[in-house]
Amino acid sequence: MQEEIIISGFGGQGTLFAGQLLSYAAMEEGFHVTWIPSYGPEMRGGKARCTVIVSDVEIGSPLVRRPSAAIVLNLPSMEAFEPAIKPGGTLVVNRSLIPLQSERDDIRVIYASATDMAIELGNVRLANVICLGALVQATSVVPVTAIERALDNHLPERHRKLLGINKEALHKGVELANG
Amino acid sequence: MAKELWEGNAAIAEAAIRAGLEAFYGYPITPQTEVLEHLSHRMIELGRVFLQAESEVASINMVYGAACTGVRVMTSSSSPGISLMQEGLSYIACSEVPAVVCNIMRGGPGLGNVQPAQGDYFQAVKSAGHGDYHMIVLAPSNVQEAIDLMVLAFDLADKYRTIAMLVADGAIGQMMEPAEMPPLRPLRKPEERGEWALTGARGREPNTITSLYLGAENLEVVNLRLQEKLRQIEANEVRWKEYDTEDAELLLVAFGTVGRICQTAVREARAKGVKVGLLRPVTLWPFPSARLAELAGQVQGMLVVEMNAGQMLQDVRLAVEGRCPIEFYGRMGGVIPLPDDILPELHKLEAAVGAG
Repeated sequence: MQEEIIISGFGGQGTLFAGQLLSYAAMEEGFHVTWIPSYGPEMRGGKARCTVIVSDVEIGSPLVRRPSAAIVLNLPSMEAFEPAIKPGGTLVVNRSLIPLQSERDDIRVIYASATDMAIELGNVRLANVICLGALVQATSVVPVTAIERALDNHLPERHRKLLGINKEALHKGVELANG
Repeated sequence: MAKELWEGNAAIAEAAIRAGLEAFYGYPITPQTEVLEHLSHRMIELGRVFLQAESEVASINMVYGAACTGVRVMTSSSSPGISLMQEGLSYIACSEVPAVVCNIMRGGPGLGNVQPAQGDYFQAVKSAGHGDYHMIVLAPSNVQEAIDLMVLAFDLADKYRTIAMLVADGAIGQMMEPAEMPPLRPLRKPEERGEWALTGARGREPNTITSLYLGAENLEVVNLRLQEKLRQIEANEVRWKEYDTEDAELLLVAFGTVGRICQTAVREARAKGVKVGLLRPVTLWPFPSARLAELAGQVQGMLVVEMNAGQMLQDVRLAVEGRCPIEFYGRMGGVIPLPDDILPELHKLEAAVGAG
């Protein structure tokens, strides 16, 4: 088993943290995992992306050109990664900010109005966790409970009071993948 | 101890602490600043020395001073900062004091950019400071190896009274992987430091540490001793990793981040029936020349892959001495070659040498 996942959006949308949650969960499930960010002279509102590879064998390249799954939180990310996903792969689209339909018929596409749903839940920054819930449920890369444990253990101290709505957001995403 | 998810730079810093780092002097530069960030609070918590110097030149000279007292000391930087340190490194090498340096390499030449690169191979391996010396150069390709080699760097620096340099590229510095930290070693007591160290001369003859030897014969004696030490290091400390070399007809040679990317290339090529293996040097100096020479008698060709214009390539050629064809694939400026880029090059080599 190997899943190569790209999570991409604007700086401030929590793409790197969503990738870290997935990495913690994968590690605790006993998988090999790598997390690598795009980095450079970045800023809030600039591009922010990470690649997470989860595998049952030792991971060589931590980067891929064609991921097996992706979460795209903004339009430039959709344009960059929708064409790149491997046939049979999964794409989670933040429909709130991406007014496009995928033209791919060889991948599973889940549309989530994640930014709107996050605002409804009370915090716009939960869009990443909603999309992560959808991706984890659709790919079964790790159990949803492993992401819950990662939230329990690794949500930064200053965001502790948001633990409850993070879990709620996660399950909203899971429901989208089920529906 | 269980595995934890560690970022490369933080892991390097924490590993240095576990190995008994007593003093750190450095200056921030992307993509290694997280080394300083981690040490800036951890060293203070532990009551050890952390100092952000005014420049890289100051940092390396502070390292030189502290090293003369026999404490475990290091600095870290990224490519342009390491360039500034070359004079100090040469002085430290001649003075034969142990020091550890970490270079999280970025794209060059010049100010370049902050993306991962391996363009400092020559600088590290050939020793860019003046005079005849070498540093032990260690090149991890994953976070666990960065931790293990950081600890080794301190031990080797002490053992040979030399400089040990860890070279990793920005990708290893920035990425996260599960890894296990070694236990925290107790710090050495002053009386446990080397007899050569400047620890105060009460009750004994004063020690002298210098890199100034006026008189040609004097300095030649020092050079001969240094060379003898380098030969010992070459005999004892060569390290490398091999993957699928047993029946290999073709060989990839790569280090650091590209080394691990080539592991994926080997896996993918093997799935298509290409008998390819990988040799990944772990010490860049001393270089695994003897093993490469041996493999040159077994394989029909080698492909060297680097994130530079072909620097390690020269050492592979020196090791192989024409026994088999050697091709090169390199990317520069912070571009990371991926398996899709390497496989066509491998197929070209396969066609050229008629392997398979």
